[in-house]
Amino acid sequence: MTGKNAFIASLAMPIMIVTLLILARPRSIAAANANDQPSAAPAAVKIDNFVFGPQTVTVPVGTTVTWTNRDDIPHTAVSTDGVFKSKVMDTDEKFSYTFTKAGTYPYYCTIHPKMTGKVVVQ
Amino acid sequence: MPDKKQDFIDQELQDLNNDGVDRRGFLKCMAWAGTGLVWTMSGGIPVSRAFAKSSAKDAGVAADFSFVQISDSHIGFNKPANPDVTATLQTAINKINAMPHKPDFIIHTGDLSQLSKPSEFDTLDQALKGTSTKQIYFVPGEHDMLTDNGDEYLQRFGKDTKGTGYYSFDHKGVHFVGLVNVANLKAGGMGSLGHEQLEWLEDDLKGRSASTPIVLFAHIPLWTIYPDWGWGTDDSEQALSYVKRFGSVTVLNGHIHQIMQKVEGKVSFHTAMSTAFPQPAPGTAPSAGPMKVPAEQLSKVLGITDVNYLVSGRSLAVVDSSLGA
Repeated sequence: MTGKNAFIASLAMPIMIVTLLILARPRSIAAANANDQPSAAPAAVKIDNFVFGPQTVTVPVGTTVTWTNRDDIPHTAVSTDGVFKSKVMDTDEKFSYTFTKAGTYPYYCTIHPKMTGKVVVQ
Repeated sequence: MPDKKQDFIDQELQDLNNDGVDRRGFLKCMAWAGTGLVWTMSGGIPVSRAFAKSSAKDAGVAADFSFVQISDSHIGFNKPANPDVTATLQTAINKINAMPHKPDFIIHTGDLSQLSKPSEFDTLDQALKGTSTKQIYFVPGEHDMLTDNGDEYLQRFGKDTKGTGYYSFDHKGVHFVGLVNVANLKAGGMGSLGHEQLEWLEDDLKGRSASTPIVLFAHIPLWTIYPDWGWGTDDSEQALSYVKRFGSVTVLNGHIHQIMQKVEGKVSFHTAMSTAFPQPAPGTAPSAGPMKVPAEQLSKVLGITDVNYLVSGRSLAVVDSSLGA
């Protein structure tokens, strides 16, 4: 390898990395814009003091919503229309459901039915 | 912001004033809530007095029979409000076994378990085997119906019951009805009996003499105590309309882990303490979750209810006593 070639080789790796980064950027923006189902950020509902918070959560299609029970008492999150049904969540237990269709999904705690919430999927 | 608790108490006083218990009597009850009180029904008029002033002669020995109500054992609960609910249940059992008059039976008004787990039901069953009273009647709480539509509960504690676990029986001239208001609850609602059970209740009471004393027992109160927390039963009015013609009706509930009482005409309502942990008074906390009290005070806010029935005087005495008293 000549000295000139060695110089080019030493530059090649950083140049390649920079090029890849530049190429990658528009691709990731394109992915976000395409509204692909797996790309939706997960959403969280916390149960505190017998309340689903936030009471209404609005998410894009494909979002996985995770409920976490932070009370000392067990709760459930069960769709009023039978779409989803959590197991009984004891303290700090979670339940997740991925919403693949647009719509409004009212739900409640079957143990404490005064506790109600809504997932709006757009 | 209006003080919800004060409103509630004012309303209670109003109700009681209309029905024969004076304000002083009621306040005395409140003062003794958690440490025990006696509640006597004489000729349909309830009179309250402090437990400390009653004697075995007043409350027990003279009675034609008595039974004990326990409630909300929540076996499996292990949070700071009470890390050992099995021990406090055992204290309640010891208290029952030490009574000078042996109760004819025990009624457990639900929430036997915390999570309807077989192991929790086993522990409760094992502990209750230690009572000197062999006959125990149960109704489920919402914690007992968490899995398989309550099958686990029904197989163990609801044999020979109807539907979701309701039934009736007679004892020495008194008609007892165990109702279930924790099954098939609807979004946004409170406790619910449901159409099928209401029809059964109407039929069960039909043809009985109006002079038959009636005792209704269910987990969630059959009167509206605090709707914001779901402390009531949506269709209890319907059930109560069936008992209106009877001269003496007593309604025993649990669920709210504290003593509350109310009298409406000839119907006396009473809720029992828990054997596991206390809950806050209506509207005094962000939620109805377990209330933490200093360890040395816990036994004062847990308890059992002793109900004495006097056939001769047609009177019924409800005696609440805390585990620590």
